Amino acid sequence: MPIDLPAGSPPARVAFYNDPKVRSIAYQVALCAVVGILVYGAARNAIDNLERAHIASGFGFWNHTAGFDISQTLIGFDSAASSYGRAFWVGLLNTLLVAGLGIVFASILGFIIGIARLSKNWLVAKTAAGYVETIRNIPLLLQLLFWYNAVLKALPAIRDSLVIPGGIYLNNRGLFIPAPVFKSGFGFVLIALAAGIAGAIAFYVWARKRQERTGLQAPVFSTALALMIGLPLAVLALAGFPLGFEFPAAGRFNINGGIEVLPEFAALLFGLSIYTAAFIAEVVRAGITAVSRGQTEAAYSLGLRARPTLRLIVVPQAMRVIIPPLTSQYLNLTKNSTLAVAIGYPDLVQVFTGTVLNQTGQAVEVVAITMAVYLTLSLATSLLMNIYNSRIALVER
Amino acid sequence: MTMSEGDLAVAEIKFVRGATIAPRPAPAAMTGAFGWLRANLLSTPFNIVLTVLIALLLAWVIPELLKFLFIDAVWTGSDRDACREVVQHREIGACWPFVWERWSYFVYGSYPIPQRWRVDVFFVMLAIGVVWMLWLESPRRDLGSVYFFVVLPISSFILLTGWSAAGLSPVDTSLWGGILVTIVVASVGIVCSLPIGILLALGRRSRMPAVRLFSVIFIEFVRGVPLVTVLFMASVMLPLFVPEQYSPDKLVRALVGIALFASAYMAEVVRAGLQAIPKGQFEGAMAVGLGYWQMMRLIILPQALKITIPNIVNTYIGLFKDTTLVFIVGIFDFLQTVEVSRIDPKWATPVTSTTGYAVAAIFYWIFCYAMSRYARATEARLAKADRR
Repeated sequence: MPIDLPAGSPPARVAFYNDPKVRSIAYQVALCAVVGILVYGAARNAIDNLERAHIASGFGFWNHTAGFDISQTLIGFDSAASSYGRAFWVGLLNTLLVAGLGIVFASILGFIIGIARLSKNWLVAKTAAGYVETIRNIPLLLQLLFWYNAVLKALPAIRDSLVIPGGIYLNNRGLFIPAPVFKSGFGFVLIALAAGIAGAIAFYVWARKRQERTGLQAPVFSTALALMIGLPLAVLALAGFPLGFEFPAAGRFNINGGIEVLPEFAALLFGLSIYTAAFIAEVVRAGITAVSRGQTEAAYSLGLRARPTLRLIVVPQAMRVIIPPLTSQYLNLTKNSTLAVAIGYPDLVQVFTGTVLNQTGQAVEVVAITMAVYLTLSLATSLLMNIYNSRIALVER
Repeated sequence: MTMSEGDLAVAEIKFVRGATIAPRPAPAAMTGAFGWLRANLLSTPFNIVLTVLIALLLAWVIPELLKFLFIDAVWTGSDRDACREVVQHREIGACWPFVWERWSYFVYGSYPIPQRWRVDVFFVMLAIGVVWMLWLESPRRDLGSVYFFVVLPISSFILLTGWSAAGLSPVDTSLWGGILVTIVVASVGIVCSLPIGILLALGRRSRMPAVRLFSVIFIEFVRGVPLVTVLFMASVMLPLFVPEQYSPDKLVRALVGIALFASAYMAEVVRAGLQAIPKGQFEGAMAVGLGYWQMMRLIILPQALKITIPNIVNTYIGLFKDTTLVFIVGIFDFLQTVEVSRIDPKWATPVTSTTGYAVAAIFYWIFCYAMSRYARATEARLAKADRR
C-alpha cells in the first residue's frame, strides 16, 4: 500500500551532525588541525635541536668557501676560492651529464632489446627475454658496485694500461681518450651544422604541407640526413679540416692530456644504461603488442608494403602507448643516478647532500634544496607529459 | 530401382576420384627439428646472421660463467691462499670458502651468536605466514591474514628486539644485519605500504578538497624525489623533528623512509585499480544504503585490489630491490655485509669481490623472480575468471 505524503511537506529533518556537508567540513578541519599540529611540533623541535647543536640556519652558507675538491668538474671549480653554491652547480651538471648520456644509451639498448623480444628468431627472442629477466631482478646498487669494484677497479694499474688502437688507454684510474682540438675556422662547421638542422626542419615542414595539398611525397629522411651531416662535412673539408686530436700520453705514474673518463662515471653510466634498458625494453614490447594485428592487416589490404606499414601505421600508434611510461623510465634513471653516492661519482647528492651537508651541518636547507631540484625535474616532466597526452589521446566520439 | 542404377552408372564414369587420398607427409624440410630450425632460426639471411652472432655471444658468455662458478671454483680452504692464483698455480674461479665462512654474517649480521635461534624462529614464522597467505588452498585464510598482519609483526618485534620479562635479552638494532635486516625492512615496507597506500589513494579520490590536497601533495612529493634523498631526510632530518630524548634509532629511520616511499607508489597503483571500477558499482552500493566505508570495504576495494594484485606485487619487487639503499642511514643489510666482507684482508684476492657479488645477485634474483612469477600466475588466474 503506497504511503501518501502530504504535498508540500518540509524536507525530512536530520540531526545536524548527520548532515554530510557538516561532517565533511568537520573532518577536513580536524585533518588540517592534525597536520598543522604535526608541522608546528616538528618545526618547534627542529628549531630547539638546531639551537642546542649551535647550527646556523638560513641559506647564508651558499656563498661560503667550499674548501674541498671535486674529482670531475664541467665548469671551473677551485677548492680554495669556490663557494658551496658553485659546488651545487658542479654537482647538478654532473648529474645531468650522466643522466643525459644514460638516457641516450638506455633508449638505444632498450629499443633494440624490446624489438628483439618480439623477433620471430627463437634464439634472439629468448636471449632478449633472458637479459630482461636477469637485469630487472637484480638491484641496481648491486650492479653498480659490481661494475665499479669487480670490473673497473680490477683493471690493470696505469703502468700496465690496456692500450686500444686509436690512442685510447684503459686502466683502473679510468678511460683516457683523445680530446678533439678545434682550430680556427671550426666555427664555420658549427654554422653549417646549425644551418643544416634549420634547413632539414624547413624541408620537413614544406614536404608535409605539399603532401597534404597534393599527395606527393618527398624524400624527407635522406634530404634531412644530407643537410645535417653532409653539409657540415663538406664545410669541414672546404675549410681544410680545422680539427685535431690531443692524444693522451702515458707516463710512469700518470697519463697526461686527452679526456679522462672517471671509472666512477663509467660504472654509473654502464649500470644505469643496462638496468634502465631492461625496463625500456618491456615498455617498447608492450607498446608494439598493443597495436592490434588488424591495423597491420588493414594496411596490407590497402596495398602498403611492410616498411611503410611499420612507419605510418604501427610505430605512430605504438608510440602513443610507449611515450608516457618511457618518460617515467627516464625520470627513474635520473632519480637512480643518485646512487652515485655509493661509488663516489660527484653527482648532486654526493657533492651537495653528502660533502656540503657534512661540512655545514645544515641538514634542513641542504636536503630541501636537493629535493627541490629533483621535484622540479619530475613535475616539469609530468607537466609536459600531460600536455603531450592530451594532444595525442584517442578522441572517441 | 532405376534411380540408384542411374547413380551407379554415374559413379562408374571415373573422372572424379571416389575416395580421398591419404595426406602426404609434409616436406622433411618443414617438419621436425630441421623444420623448426628453419622456421625459427634461419628464415632469412638477416636472421641467419643474427642467429650466428647470438650463438657466438652465448658460446662465449655461458662457458665463462660456468667456468667461474663451478669448474674453476675453489670449494674448500681456510683463508685467501686457497683462492690465489700465485699460490695455487691454476686459474681460479669463484672463492666459495669465503662465502661458507662469512655466511652466518651474511644472514645475521652482528646479532649475538647465542641469540641467533631467535632470528631462525622469525624466519620460520615469516615463511609460515607467507605460505598461508599465498597458497590458495590453505585452510582458514582469514585466520592467516590475522596472523600475518597482527600476530606476526608483534611477536617478531618482541622476539627480535628482546623482552626481559619473557627471558629474551634485549638486542640493539645496531647489531642486526645481513639477510635479517633485508627481510625486516622489506616486510615492514610490504605490510605498511598497502594500508597507507589504500588510504592515500582513497584520499586522492575523495570529494573533500583538504583531504585530496594533502594526499596529492604527499604522493607527488614522495614520487618526485629519489629514494636516496628520502632516506637522507629520514636519516638527518627525522632526528631534528622529534624531541631529543625520542630520537629514533637508525633502523627505525630507514623503516620510516622506506615505508613512506613505498606507500606513495602503492597509492598510485591502488588508484589505478579504483579508477577501473565502473561507476555503477559505486552507485549500486550507495543505492542499497551502504555508507562510505562499508561501500569501500565490501564492494569497491575487493574488486579494485583484485585487478591490481599483479601491480602490487611489482611494487613489492621494486621495494625489495630498494632495501639495498638503507646503507645511506648506516645499517648493514645483506648487500652491505657482502660489501664489508669482500674487503676483509683475510680473504683479499682478485676473485673475492666477484664471488660476493655473485652470491648477492643470486639471492636477490631468486626472490624477485619468484615474486614476478607469482604476479604473472595471479594475472593468468584472474584472466581465466574474467573469460566467459
